[in-house]
Amino acid sequence: MNIHEYQAKEILETYGVNTQKGRIAHTPDEAFEAARQLKAETNTPIFVVKAQIHAGGRGKGKIVGTDYNGVMLAKSEEAAKEKAAQMLGGTLVTHQTGEEGKKVNIVFVAEDAYKPGEAQLEEFYMSILLDRAKSCNVIMVCQEGGVDIEEVAERAPEKIIKEWIDPAVGLQGYQARKLAFALGLEGKAFKEMVKFIHSLYNAYVGIDAALFEINPVLKTSDNEIIAVDAKVDLDANAFYRHKELAALRDEAEEDPLEVEASKSGLNYVKLDGNVGCMVNGAGLAMATMDMIKLSGGEPANFLDVGGGASAETVEQGFRIILKDPNVKAILINIFGGIVRCDRVANGVVEAYKNIGKIDVPIIVRLQGTNAEEGAEIIKNSGLNVISATILKDAAERIKEVMA
Amino acid sequence: MSVLVNKDSKVIVQGFTGKEGSFHAEQMIEYGTPVVGGVTPGKGGTKHLNLPVFDTVAQAVNETGADVSVIFVPPAFAADAIMEAADAGIKVIVAITEGIPTQDMIKAKTFVQRQENCRLIGPNCPGIITPGEAKVGIMPGFIHKKGTIGIISRSGTLTYEAVDQITKAGLGQSTCIGIGGDPVIGTTTKEAVQLLMEDAHTEGIIMIGEIGGSMESEAAQWIKENGTKPVVGFIAGQTAPKGRRMGHAGAIIGGAEDTAEAKMKIMEECGLHVVQSPAEIGQTMKKALEAAK
Repeated sequence: MNIHEYQAKEILETYGVNTQKGRIAHTPDEAFEAARQLKAETNTPIFVVKAQIHAGGRGKGKIVGTDYNGVMLAKSEEAAKEKAAQMLGGTLVTHQTGEEGKKVNIVFVAEDAYKPGEAQLEEFYMSILLDRAKSCNVIMVCQEGGVDIEEVAERAPEKIIKEWIDPAVGLQGYQARKLAFALGLEGKAFKEMVKFIHSLYNAYVGIDAALFEINPVLKTSDNEIIAVDAKVDLDANAFYRHKELAALRDEAEEDPLEVEASKSGLNYVKLDGNVGCMVNGAGLAMATMDMIKLSGGEPANFLDVGGGASAETVEQGFRIILKDPNVKAILINIFGGIVRCDRVANGVVEAYKNIGKIDVPIIVRLQGTNAEEGAEIIKNSGLNVISATILKDAAERIKEVMA
Repeated sequence: MSVLVNKDSKVIVQGFTGKEGSFHAEQMIEYGTPVVGGVTPGKGGTKHLNLPVFDTVAQAVNETGADVSVIFVPPAFAADAIMEAADAGIKVIVAITEGIPTQDMIKAKTFVQRQENCRLIGPNCPGIITPGEAKVGIMPGFIHKKGTIGIISRSGTLTYEAVDQITKAGLGQSTCIGIGGDPVIGTTTKEAVQLLMEDAHTEGIIMIGEIGGSMESEAAQWIKENGTKPVVGFIAGQTAPKGRRMGHAGAIIGGAEDTAEAKMKIMEECGLHVVQSPAEIGQTMKKALEAAK
């Protein structure tokens, strides 16, 4: 689960990771007040106003209908208020949001961390993530900060330095030093960086993160090391031991249908196609989407009803799929193992009756435990439901419906 | 024949007396799986399903000679259960549990790798079945038929789909291995392929992958260099969008190499029989077998 930059920074601070200080605001007036307080606390002469959305590329992104970016400098409290007024309520489009962009509901008014001074300013890249192939955490750093790391990986992979962490013993001192040396640091900045890496790794493990991307990490003019941005993805499977982190979920960042589905315990991802599908099992659900495409349709969603496909979950699944106006047909693909096909069939019939009018053709493919009884129930229901047993039949029926 | 589990296995169930453990233990026993007991801490000395219950895996191993354990323990305690099994000398650990935190799993996997002669399958998997001999997991037994095709998959119901097609094509399965849908799993696609490639009685292999990670590409490279049997491959998620988790914790496209398209291309280049549609798995295997003869 992704969280906002300001939430991430609050967490990092509790682990002793220095971050760019700031305060959040929901209104232009709050932004003014945030800037005033920040000036009192940090002496910062100017401010940075940062739109809080779950997507990168904010600095280059544009607020729709304006010339404003998602990250802007403000030279006074009044200017911070003015920038916030343009961002709040606006829609920010970046290279990661897609054309539709994301609505800005919160801004982070931050200190200017780039004030000139004795030492030269330097930006770095740092991330911590799971190396799936090695089954351990890896810390990656790059001397080029503030850049698109995937582009660096393509252009000059040798510039990305990696240190793999043994899960049994954790991050060792020599590893943090290796990384800090690789960034070309010395003296106070080197020591600060070693401390920064240790604190950051402790935070990563401490909150069961799935990804940390600190881009950029800044060496300030007084040789401090701070996180200027912070992208944090959390492992939702570990929320049972971090109740406070589960509360950081921002439903406004998610598709409303996906939020509704998750509340019913359904695993739903909205897509742009025209054939809705409801499947038991994630792998089979993805395979069913692929088959829809090969049959001339486009999948409208991913929907895994899970191991206990009951009448209620089937009905809820129907209701969610039908709220998507693009859906022209629905394919239900159930391979019964523990789930019995006759029960799913009853669920389909009940859902159909409860919902009343369903205008799109429905194809039901039941296979596995009690498949024949299920097909019989569908057949005898008198409903406008097309039955299929083997997967190939289901594909053929989609072709017919889409033709 | 088979790999990993057979009629001579001695299987215990961890989380034996829980709801899931009880239900599936009963199904396994009904299938004819040699289940010799189970473990539930605090219930040692009692009987469940007419079998002995032990407090620890070590006791179960001592008393029954168990060499396979199937884990139905809830996610918060599952990594601990895996390590307990490994420490007790269990040879094949099958972790069914879905939702184990990744940081727990990297520790458990490291622990298992440091034991001698110990293999972890899963977590977040349907288990392993050698038809007619042993069902160690949650798959519906009746769709399987004893035969010569080995099946490897990251998914549950999609594996059943492949099994069903193989059975309907008049073939059968040697062993089906559900390796699991998590980003950190005990046995990779390549390792599972290797086991089946070395099994004298497996004549063909079906390898079902999905988006995320590079396991299928590594397996394909290995097959190119060492393969002696036809392999049919499918990757689920050709239509999945980038950056979204598709149900399985591990099914997410991060970089360009994670996509179904990229994996299928490598698999084709390495000589696998790649199918575009999941409906073609059975027939493609049949044809590949005939061509290989």
